[in-house]
Amino acid sequence: MTDQTTAPARLSTLDSLEAEGIHIIREAVGTARKPVLLFSGGKDSVVVLHLATKAFWPGKVPFELLHVDTGHNFDEVLEFRDRTVERLGLRLQVAKVQDYIDDGRLRERPDGTRNPLQTVPLLDGIAEHKYDVVFGGARRDEEKARAKERVVSLRDEFGAWDPRNQRPELWNLYNPRHLPGQHVRVFPLSNWTELDVWRYIERENIELPSLYYAHERDVFQRDGMWLTPHHSVRVRDTDQIVKRTVRYRTVGDASCTGAVESPAITVSDVIAEVASTRITERGATRADDRLSEAAMEDRKKEGYF
Amino acid sequence: MTAAPESVTTTDDASDASAVPDTTRTSLLRFATAGSVDDGKSTLVGRLLHDTKSILADAYEAVERVSRERGSEEVDLALLTDGLRAEREQGITIDVAYRYFSTPRRTFILADCPGHVQYTRNTVTGASTADALVVLIDARYGVVEQTKRHLAVAALLRVPHVIVAVNKIDLLDYAQGPYRSIAQHVQSHAESLGLPNVITVPVSALNGDNVATRSESTPWYEGPTVLEILETVPSIDQGADEFAAAHRHGVAHPTAADAEAAASGWRFPVQLVLRPQDAAVAEEFREYRGYAGQVAEGTVRVGDEVVVQPSGKRTTVAGIDTATGPLEAAHTGQSVAIRLADEIDIARGDLLSSAEDATSASKKFHAHVAWLTDRPLRVRDRVLVQHGSATVQAMVASIDGILDISLPGGTLDSSIKPGHELLLNDIGVVTLQLAQPLAVEDYGKHRRTGAFCLVDPQDGNTLAAGTARAHVPGTGEDTYVSI
Ligand SMILES: Nc1nc2c(ncn2[C@@H]2O[C@H](COP(=O)(O)OP(=O)(O)OP(=O)(O)O)[C@@H](O)[C@H]2O)c(=O)[nH]1
Ligand SMILES: [Mg+2]
Repeated sequence: MTDQTTAPARLSTLDSLEAEGIHIIREAVGTARKPVLLFSGGKDSVVVLHLATKAFWPGKVPFELLHVDTGHNFDEVLEFRDRTVERLGLRLQVAKVQDYIDDGRLRERPDGTRNPLQTVPLLDGIAEHKYDVVFGGARRDEEKARAKERVVSLRDEFGAWDPRNQRPELWNLYNPRHLPGQHVRVFPLSNWTELDVWRYIERENIELPSLYYAHERDVFQRDGMWLTPHHSVRVRDTDQIVKRTVRYRTVGDASCTGAVESPAITVSDVIAEVASTRITERGATRADDRLSEAAMEDRKKEGYF
Repeated sequence: MTAAPESVTTTDDASDASAVPDTTRTSLLRFATAGSVDDGKSTLVGRLLHDTKSILADAYEAVERVSRERGSEEVDLALLTDGLRAEREQGITIDVAYRYFSTPRRTFILADCPGHVQYTRNTVTGASTADALVVLIDARYGVVEQTKRHLAVAALLRVPHVIVAVNKIDLLDYAQGPYRSIAQHVQSHAESLGLPNVITVPVSALNGDNVATRSESTPWYEGPTVLEILETVPSIDQGADEFAAAHRHGVAHPTAADAEAAASGWRFPVQLVLRPQDAAVAEEFREYRGYAGQVAEGTVRVGDEVVVQPSGKRTTVAGIDTATGPLEAAHTGQSVAIRLADEIDIARGDLLSSAEDATSASKKFHAHVAWLTDRPLRVRDRVLVQHGSATVQAMVASIDGILDISLPGGTLDSSIKPGHELLLNDIGVVTLQLAQPLAVEDYGKHRRTGAFCLVDPQDGNTLAAGTARAHVPGTGEDTYVSI
């Protein structure tokens, strides 16, 4: 860190965003009975975790992590997730979509994607562990329904978000109060853009799963995206498998998360690429958001992230 | 040929990454929109995003497609922020949409707020964090009741910069006359509300005139575009510091308010006590004890004398810590941990301040509140006051008046009519009696420590936005009853 006595008093955008994120995390923990961070190993949840390590330093992060595992995750990401949890000495709870499918509580969808199936294990996990404050890495710039959500967002007994009846959120006075059975979702990165996240990753030298950087991989085209052969994807005879240099802009369910062709090997390559891209992050890589005009809003109303 | 999956490095117009502002350096401005329903707020926001090339291709195509499906020939730019199903069905904004964009000069967080009176609570939400408020007026109708309500909200919240965009001038053939008379009306109304330096701009959000580019259709207007104004006004957190920095270089023309802000002390609400013990990241920090928070105002320096409220105890700053190393000083907006020289009983909710220009705590204060909930507020109602990191029980001691926005030339102080209850969207003057003392300060002088909200003790809902007043005219009483 630079010598603050000579540094200019004004905070840069990244400094402001970092300070705001830390403030939000501390505020939520200050009022929570049992907080938890939804941690997938994706870049946004990694950044939230990084902010949390700063917020409570020189103490450890004082909450558990929860991952909703679709069973369709990339091995590299799961390995990274476990290594990160181990490094920080934290406790990880995993809610498995596969368990729900095995015992019939959930059924596989015809299109094979499991992203929408995460809601039930997520809500069960929250109820089972009695979490009252649930941190997530969602950003308002990701999607038009997310653009409408409060930093501290109330969820009812069914985990549902009511976009037409949100509480006022005034200044930086966040209100996490809720009745028994309800909980709040807290989004410390609400005001960050994809580019802010990458610049911060660069500045703070934050490690990410290797999938985020360019690598050579077997891929095939589906719905205008590059998918990779994975146990979760039914590769058809007509699918032409080719080798391409790709990277992932988001890491999620391998059956519906697409890679993009990219030569970006380093963080600064990625920053240059994100800065000049003309396609949104989810538009480029998420089939589940293409289901309908209000796909995200509908999922959020049901209790999704 | 089938469309190839998107490769992210295809466009040439954007390949010059150096033209993209470096957010590690540029400053941040938060602004919000306001104004009556259908005056063109979302269209203006869409226009700003469009003209600053902040809309990515797929998002634009989606908006184009939806516009087409509705039988409209033009792309409805309002759809960029009206993202909820109900908003698109009704063609109105219901809740605030936050969007992010940048120009080479600045990064912006914009809050597109609803105009409908029913959703005033959401407009107050969007305006509460704004450094600047862009109030839209339909040039055909001029200043209407909702314009006045939103200007009153701007005055209540003391949004530092108010820009009034007189919109839809294309429908009046870009004539100068109507703009001039509306601008005059706005100025006199704003002045009486105590809103200084309101800037008016004639615009067509639909066609982009004077939004991001100067219009050829308004040769009679020589002022800046909306974007130029937004790129140059100082932001709240940076105002004082920026003033100080500019002043050192001899370029600023300080106003009295600037000088006061630059000279005042600091404020630091304690969010958490950091005592890691067994959970320390390293053995050497087992016995660490620091107070975590964000500097609400001013600059904290090691060695500063400190007053803790509400206890009134005194000590000094022994150290300022962050995870990446100690600091000599922490400025407005920074999240840090402060170590103190003496072991004093301090908990979440306490407020540290500089001994110079210190705070004092009291159990009673006057405030303006914007009442944002359906049921009325009455005398003797029990509420929670959320202030900084503190929450205390309170009772409404009296309702001292209600702002009558219909009065011509009304001010937040003079246009107060008597009343016994506050109804939805009323702005009123109230006196609150607290169960425990709080260091509430005058909002006009101390934004962070003058702001509070009222919360329902039963269901936890947020009921009102409040700004504390040092003195209420007519009551002959000072705000703070010392304990
Ligand atoms: N002719 C003309 N029409 C405009 C202009 N700006 C907005 N409109 C139209 O006015 C209507 C309302 O625009 P919106 O941008 O949705 O208004 P709003 O202020 O956001 O409305 P609420 O958020 O619901 O309060 C739309 O039909 C716009 O196309 C303008 O400059 N000229
Ligand atoms: Mg609108």
